Amino acid sequence: MLLIPCPYCGMERPEIEFRHGGEAHVVRPPDPSAVTDEAWTDYLYFRSNPKGVYAERWRHVSGCGRFFNVVRDTVSDRILASYRAGEPRPAAPVEARR
Amino acid sequence: MADPWLTPRSPLDDLSLPVGDKFALADMPPAARFVFRGAEAARAACSTAFGVALPKALGAAGSAGERAALWLGPDEWLLLAEGESAETVAAAIEAGLADVSHALVDVSHRQVALEVTGRDAARVLSAGCPLDLRTKSFPVGMATRTLFDKVDITLWRRGETDFRIEVWRSFSPWLAAALTEAARGAPAA
Ligand SMILES: [Zn+2]
Repeated sequence: MLLIPCPYCGMERPEIEFRHGGEAHVVRPPDPSAVTDEAWTDYLYFRSNPKGVYAERWRHVSGCGRFFNVVRDTVSDRILASYRAGEPRPAAPVEARR
Repeated sequence: MADPWLTPRSPLDDLSLPVGDKFALADMPPAARFVFRGAEAARAACSTAFGVALPKALGAAGSAGERAALWLGPDEWLLLAEGESAETVAAAIEAGLADVSHALVDVSHRQVALEVTGRDAARVLSAGCPLDLRTKSFPVGMATRTLFDKVDITLWRRGETDFRIEVWRSFSPWLAAALTEAARGAPAA
């Protein structure tokens, strides 16, 4: 089980208290009718899905109830940063894969 | 004779709950309960109107049996007033927050409270609760929403061996049975 640091609770909490919310920082085009079908499709369906450092949303559903963002290395599952919704992605060090 | 349809009943009324120094469960008296939400101005005004300072971070203020405020999230609290009328408490809070935007939701009948005591209390809770319940990481006065098995609970540590659980009422007979069963298997201290 992952221990996920919740920036609102200010402590690490067990993974089963959380729900995963997909990739973070996916910006909805402000005027959907002004973008091409390809750009809209990209926004709706395509995610970066990297092998490595990834910013993702989590919701502390069985805790404080809030959405926030986590930077996690998908190879090691190590969490490199945890920050509140609306804050910019911090420049996290890229961890060597193990 | 009291009208049975008007007498408040707890789903735990017909259960025989374990008693003893090692582990005990008790059905707590009815309480007025609210979920209060709002920004800092609302938190401050509600603290004055309710008479308990709503905590700014994870934890609880006040005492059960009187009035208490538990932090649930950065703008969300559970207010408890044991043995009081929800209408009266709500009217007093609303009077103090006439010009402050907020949400006050009566959840008095949504949940019931179980008291968990005894020297095995923390270890029995650990059978289903994924938090580290040692006092160094879950000190007296700490309160939080969490899980027991698949059930959402609000867990409040009122003493080293004294916890209060708030749980949705339809889950409470299952929770009481699961805790009783876990206590049966608790290894010797
Ligand atoms: Zn949290």
